[in-house]
Amino acid sequence: MREITYAEALNEALREEMERDDTVFIMGQDVGKFGGIFGVTKGLYEKFGQKRVRDTPLSESAIIGGAVGAAAAGGMRPVCELMLADFVGVCVDEIYNKAGKWKYMHGGTPDISIVVRAPMGAKGGGGSEHSQCPEALFMHGTGLKMLVPSTPYDAKGLLKGAIRDNDPVVFFEHKLLYVLKGQVPADDYLVPIGKAAVRKEGTDVTILAYSLMVHKAIEAALTLEEQGISAEVIDLRSLIPLDLETIFTSVAKTGRVVIAHEANKRGGMGAEISAVISEQCFKELKGPIARVAAPDVPIPFSPDLEQLYLPNAEKIITGVKLVLEK
Amino acid sequence: MEITKSLMLELYEKMLLNRIVEEEMAKLVIEKKIFGALHLGIGHEALSVGATLPMRKDDYLVFSHRGVGHSLTKGIPPSQIVGEFMGRSIGCSKGKGGVHLSDYSRGVLGISGSQGGNFVIAAGAGLRAKMKGTDQVAMCFFGEGTSNRGPFHEGVNMAAVWKLPVIFVCENDTYSFSTHQKQVMLIDNVADRAASYGIPGVVVDGNDVLAVYQAVNQAVERARAGEGPTIIEGKTYRWCGHHEFEDGTKYRDKAEIEAWKQKCPIIRVEKQLINYGTATKKELKQIEEQVKENIQKELELANNSPVPKPEELFTDVYANPEVFQRGISL
Repeated sequence: MREITYAEALNEALREEMERDDTVFIMGQDVGKFGGIFGVTKGLYEKFGQKRVRDTPLSESAIIGGAVGAAAAGGMRPVCELMLADFVGVCVDEIYNKAGKWKYMHGGTPDISIVVRAPMGAKGGGGSEHSQCPEALFMHGTGLKMLVPSTPYDAKGLLKGAIRDNDPVVFFEHKLLYVLKGQVPADDYLVPIGKAAVRKEGTDVTILAYSLMVHKAIEAALTLEEQGISAEVIDLRSLIPLDLETIFTSVAKTGRVVIAHEANKRGGMGAEISAVISEQCFKELKGPIARVAAPDVPIPFSPDLEQLYLPNAEKIITGVKLVLEK
Repeated sequence: MEITKSLMLELYEKMLLNRIVEEEMAKLVIEKKIFGALHLGIGHEALSVGATLPMRKDDYLVFSHRGVGHSLTKGIPPSQIVGEFMGRSIGCSKGKGGVHLSDYSRGVLGISGSQGGNFVIAAGAGLRAKMKGTDQVAMCFFGEGTSNRGPFHEGVNMAAVWKLPVIFVCENDTYSFSTHQKQVMLIDNVADRAASYGIPGVVVDGNDVLAVYQAVNQAVERARAGEGPTIIEGKTYRWCGHHEFEDGTKYRDKAEIEAWKQKCPIIRVEKQLINYGTATKKELKQIEEQVKENIQKELELANNSPVPKPEELFTDVYANPEVFQRGISL
């Protein structure tokens, strides 16, 4: 099978869905002729024109609120691009409240069929407000779905599914993954929303990760294997809905859990996942759950400090050893 | 445009409906049948009715928290509005919205809980109409206070630059809750802000329903013709408190309130009808009695409606409800 990058896979998903359904359109800053800050919308302006690939003012509230309004008014499927995930800070009302609550609050109508794509994560020297992973903010929200693909294959299949989904989907793409190459079918396929993927089977410990951290977890698991420790790596892929079945099955097998994410620890995804496992699988657990995450400080600019800040394979290995000792 | 007798009588009837329904709702607050905040628009009727009536059923409407009159004028039955505020299943949002009422079958998209969140939604609805090539318009009501929020700038600018069919109607009643406009703005007219977006800004007497109707009608025609948005500002006054938990006298002189009551928009149109010989006192009285009779029936419907079933707590969160949601118990 041919190999393309994560960014190209996303581009292909957008292109295919826009060809398939003329209610799909793109809104964002510099998504037109420029092709998006990470090149994800490259060539779409030329193919679909300015009506469907809309360069917006620098107005994140209007991008997301406009998308919600267009969807609520009936039958449109906007895909919004935020230049960076950090900028959710200026459109939380539109995502968290409007997209997430307008269906329920209005008694079941309308469907808010929007996708909010947002590049997240540290890629070296971005500093505190250009490097964040803000998924925990939306984990606490209601009415949203949230996807975090780690491979080009999933990027295409999940984005296509997100666009077809009638619910609002927040779609986080890690900046360092855009250049990652992988096998991606040239034809139409979907990756089901809400299904995790077991990336490596193992029996001693379960490592739960998503987005870039999946690759760090696999790296850690391969090193651990050489040391005689069998780690199972689960790529969550979807944070809302969370694939509890796959998580619980693995926990029942290993009895030990490490959760790894790039965002800082306090109130992060690990807290929620750990709590659900404790509530539902307490008897299967052989010891406490460990969270491998960034410290609770803003992301530093200095690349040296940033490396110190970020979770990596080594820190995941430390986490695994910690849970195995207890 | 021609102002016909039937148009004037329709405006009069809708304003009365608006006024009396809200007066009844105020009583329901005292009876503890309406819960949560009720923001009455008594005094605003020339705007809520006069600016909503030029809309078609398929046009989109978003408004502020003071939206009872607009909803009534757009055709939502009083029972479904009052029932919504009472948290009953007859409510237009099944009792799940309360003040956030909506009715998608009538183009009523709702209100933003964060005041001023509606500008960008209206722009989006206008974008939808434009992309689909329909001649629908979106109407966005707002108070002068929210024109100080970022989404005002973002929504109006985007609507302007894309020539979206949106009409932004400011119900300027001088006070954002307790804060006087002069404390928070250096300009007198919100409509003056239109100049910075390159669109028309129009100031009208917000207690003159005919002036409002005509100005809005013109803006609607302009929007339908693809010429883009307009800001219309009507100067008016709310007679009540910001909501029914306060009476508005801590920060406003009683004399000021009284003076505005003398400028009642309903009495004004009543006088116009009688003085010009358009209608007789008897005719108007008949209309009033019909409106009251209808409202009583509607209130009964709301009052007799059951509360939502417990399972409603969990429905309508998602279109595809396969998402894990915790139950009430552990």
